[in-house]
Amino acid sequence: MAREQRICVTVNGKVYERTVPVRLSLADFLREHLHLTGTHLGCEHGVCGACTISLNGRSARSCLTLAVQADGANVITIEGLRADDGTRHPLQQIFLENFALQCGYCTPGMLITAIELLADNPNPTEREVREALSGNICRCSGYQAIIDAVLIAARQAGVAHANAQVR
Amino acid sequence: MKPAWFDYYAPRALSEALHILGDAGQDGRVLAGGQSLMPMLNLRILSPAVVVDINRIEPLNELRADKDCLTVGALVRHADLLRSADVCRDWPLLAEATRQVAHMAIRNRGTVCGSVSHNDPAAEHPSVLVTMGGTVVVAGRQGRRELAAEEFFTGTLSNALEPGEMVVQLRYPRPSARTRSAFVEFARRLGDFAMAGAAATLTMRDGTCEHARLTILGMGQGPFRAHAAEQRLTGRRLGPKECKDGFAEAVAKVTADVDPADDVHASSSYRRHLAGVLALRALETALGRTGGKVG
Repeated sequence: MAREQRICVTVNGKVYERTVPVRLSLADFLREHLHLTGTHLGCEHGVCGACTISLNGRSARSCLTLAVQADGANVITIEGLRADDGTRHPLQQIFLENFALQCGYCTPGMLITAIELLADNPNPTEREVREALSGNICRCSGYQAIIDAVLIAARQAGVAHANAQVR
Repeated sequence: MKPAWFDYYAPRALSEALHILGDAGQDGRVLAGGQSLMPMLNLRILSPAVVVDINRIEPLNELRADKDCLTVGALVRHADLLRSADVCRDWPLLAEATRQVAHMAIRNRGTVCGSVSHNDPAAEHPSVLVTMGGTVVVAGRQGRRELAAEEFFTGTLSNALEPGEMVVQLRYPRPSARTRSAFVEFARRLGDFAMAGAAATLTMRDGTCEHARLTILGMGQGPFRAHAAEQRLTGRRLGPKECKDGFAEAVAKVTADVDPADDVHASSSYRRHLAGVLALRALETALGRTGGKVG
């Protein structure tokens, strides 16, 4: 039985074909094979949330997914949130402006998780934001600013939506 | 951190998966959502020689609500249950418990059958399956068998699967129109493994409890069905005045009968206390949902 396998994965819109060991995690594949080191590894057993990426449109722990399982999948990492011209994702910009990051280690996972929350629930309560981010650990303990930033993003998107409707 | 080497198979047909598992015997493990197996591989608590990834076996995605029963295939994720209008409307105990499973990223990947197979003492799904009187459909190279939930769970992280077998479906009977339920748990942080929890169903007719089911989780052995507490409630009037005494007797049975172990998260006596508090909360909530008042 081959211990390596050829896989084809779309990451941030780009198609990669690689041969990988079957026991390689998707997180290590992204970091070490594709050099996309924005995805961080904390606990490597699914508890800390630092390695959260988007897999076929849904958040997933890349440390609990094998690279071979992503064969044929569509993956978005923190690097994929920026537009091609370098413009930050609106939530990245709001995190930056509202001091919602300190050391930055948890930030990629926080952003992927919060973007999924806002897509599912564009107008969350503070409790819903806390609940959604409860699987992402910030060891700087800067939670309040992160929660505030997500609520600000929801409010701004709501205002933008209302303005668009008026026009 | 890396898992030990294994041979990896990703068959597209169940028959093929069962064949590989049959050959592997004790050395084989099924990979579905990976939310329990992958941590154990990463930590090298387990190092199976063969991993059979079932994610490409399309028919295992089946999630079907029939007149009598809900069928949940081996690839149905926790999040799939919560996106099903049928489940949220007609199997509310299952939906309420599923909302409390870990976090969104885990619910997106983890499967209901995986949680049942793994039988972590703190997991929600084993207790719900027991409380609802559900069954587990198991398949192996030799064929299929269907086990009652209580036959399937055989103790901490243990089940009745023989080497080479896997869970292919769970079946949850449709609750009667007069049944109301509640699922409650307590964890230090949202989404953590619960220290304790309780699942209750009450089937009421004119203020009398026709049928009661109560299961406690987090006591260390997998789901604990509180038979003695159920007996105190079945056939009893649970009006606004009577329910207090009835529930107090049931809760006293629960705290007497559970046998939790000490661990780093909580002492045995604290877990016993939690079992009583959560049993009462689940019973009161379920009764409230029948329209009954808690006096």
